Amino acid sequence: MGNVFGSFLRRPEAGSVLSLIAVIAFFVIFGGVNLGNMLGAASWVNLAANLGIVAIPMGLLMISGELDISIGAMIPAGSMTVAIISGYYGLPIIFGIAGALALGVIVGTINGLLTVKTSVPSLIITLGTLVAMQGIVLSASVLLTGNASVALTSPVWAKTLFGQLLGGSFQVIILWWVAISALFLVIVHHTPWGNWIFAMGGDKVSARNAGIPTERLTIGLFILSATSAAFVGMCGAILFNSAQVSGGMNYIFNAVVSVVVGGTLLTGGFGSVLGIFFGTLTFAVVTQGIYFTDIDRNWSSLIIGVMLLVAVLMNNSFRKAAISYSPRKKK
Amino acid sequence: MTHAVLELKNVNKSFGPIDVLHDINLKVNAGEVLCLLGDNGAGKSTLIKTLAGVHKPTTGEIFMDGEQVSFDKPKEAADRGIATVHQFGGTFPLMSIGRSFFVGCEPVKKFGPFKIFDRKTANEVAVKAVRDFGITRIDDGDRLIGGLSGGERQSLAIARAVHFGARVLILDEPTAALGVKQASHVLRIILEARKRGLAVIFITHQVTHAMAVGDHFAVLIRGAVAANFMRGEKSREEITDLMAGGEALADLDSAMEAQSEATGGEPAQSAARATVA
Ligand SMILES: Nc1ncnc2c1ncn2[C@@H]1O[C@H](COP(=O)(O)OP(=O)(O)OP(=O)(O)O)[C@@H](O)[C@H]1O
Ligand SMILES: [Mg+2]
Repeated sequence: MGNVFGSFLRRPEAGSVLSLIAVIAFFVIFGGVNLGNMLGAASWVNLAANLGIVAIPMGLLMISGELDISIGAMIPAGSMTVAIISGYYGLPIIFGIAGALALGVIVGTINGLLTVKTSVPSLIITLGTLVAMQGIVLSASVLLTGNASVALTSPVWAKTLFGQLLGGSFQVIILWWVAISALFLVIVHHTPWGNWIFAMGGDKVSARNAGIPTERLTIGLFILSATSAAFVGMCGAILFNSAQVSGGMNYIFNAVVSVVVGGTLLTGGFGSVLGIFFGTLTFAVVTQGIYFTDIDRNWSSLIIGVMLLVAVLMNNSFRKAAISYSPRKKK
Repeated sequence: MTHAVLELKNVNKSFGPIDVLHDINLKVNAGEVLCLLGDNGAGKSTLIKTLAGVHKPTTGEIFMDGEQVSFDKPKEAADRGIATVHQFGGTFPLMSIGRSFFVGCEPVKKFGPFKIFDRKTANEVAVKAVRDFGITRIDDGDRLIGGLSGGERQSLAIARAVHFGARVLILDEPTAALGVKQASHVLRIILEARKRGLAVIFITHQVTHAMAVGDHFAVLIRGAVAANFMRGEKSREEITDLMAGGEALADLDSAMEAQSEATGGEPAQSAARATVA
């Protein structure tokens, strides 16, 4: 039993599972929360799903030693693209969807190429594309539509797939999030590709020397990240029947917090999809669950901040435990 | 006539305006240990990186078994059976032994169209490979590399190279920063690899280590082969002087002479050493 617990603690997701339990316990004990009400609410699951779809690629990039903050602009870019193409110009929705995703592929390719071809840190590169895309989205929509917000009506099939409310309040994107998480859980932890991502984050030069196509893999991860962000934006536009040029900036910080609380090492080489999943859940429970407590909601930022610091410290000691673990030298 | 496993003909390498290697001609045969010696910055690591597919020679040719080869990336050299343990890095501290061992050539199980990483096989093979080299403390392939000692890590990297290096094993300063016991362990591994018929290229700054295992020695000075000789053709002192580029030790000798003038015979010898360089 102690052994099982010990090996759980050495896993990257240990911290996020423990913080999720701790946060819920805190809300129940000090916030007088009704657990059934809170857990049954759609608000935090919806938030987790939208955030989770961008947090997974963000986490994979972080494991591989990179960072992509341009998602903050790619979310509104995705939603504006589908709304302009299929709402303003009235083309079939399939073109709008393809356009939004293609924009993600293009921006992701640019981020990736700039990262592997220059020695500039990807934080700076994606800061550049973040600001540039914000400018492009705003001026393009004003230029094309004369407006900063565009309406969109979607056919039933598109609504069903991307913008449906299940049970009246649960966004269908929750199912996408769970499916994407499961898919990446398998890819990252059970295929050679996953191994390559970890090796790349551990030591890029050695990974290349070991025969890993590090450049292609890095570009691929940036494409994944930008496209996922465009996908989230697109689903939002289809759900709300409209798109705005603003919004999306919160996602950058929220995704980083989720990924780090999920046990991913900022410097690369360590982390897990399950951890990112639970990190996202924890983040969502703190920010939305607080409405179900007697605690003033402004405190949620404090809780997030403390949680982040505790997570970083815990990750550090868990990692030390993971490294020093040896079956022979048991204490 | 049998060809050398690996042969370099007039290999030059420059990085932009910096010429690092000049007209390198070298041969390594199967079952032979070539010790590559030379001062810091002489170009040893650069030379083996061109053999490992990390760099392409600017001009010159590389032959394997008499057939000309050209490596565009490390993977191509690895596929030809050249395995390299580079001077820096090579292991991933936060990865498990099994995963790290197989980075870049993971064993997979097929599930229909999907290829799933075969963790069990990876761990078993990795643990067995290290244990075969005498590191019996390692028995769990899920342990992280970061928890191993420097010597164990180095042994793992070498065991990995031996596992994948079907023909040529290249070791860049594998004994640097190792304790006496661990270093002698690495030397035993080199002899074991030679016994298995591999061609070994071994870079070291320690004359004792080179003398212990080398069959063939090549000394690089400022990117050119300054000496190329077989075991027994030169004395330990001559090799030591060559490795230091000749001048340095001669200077040291005369400095020491100035301190203790009593000794006869010494000046003649140190003059002789200086001319070797
Ligand atoms: N990528 C590169 N670009 C430019 N110069 C380089 C590069 N790699 C090596 N050099 C230069 O080539 C020379 C030889 O370097 P190399 O690493 O091959 O030396 P070495 O013989 O392995 O030295 P040491 O014993 O210290 O490991 C050095 O002067 C180094 O600065
Ligand atoms: Mg070197």
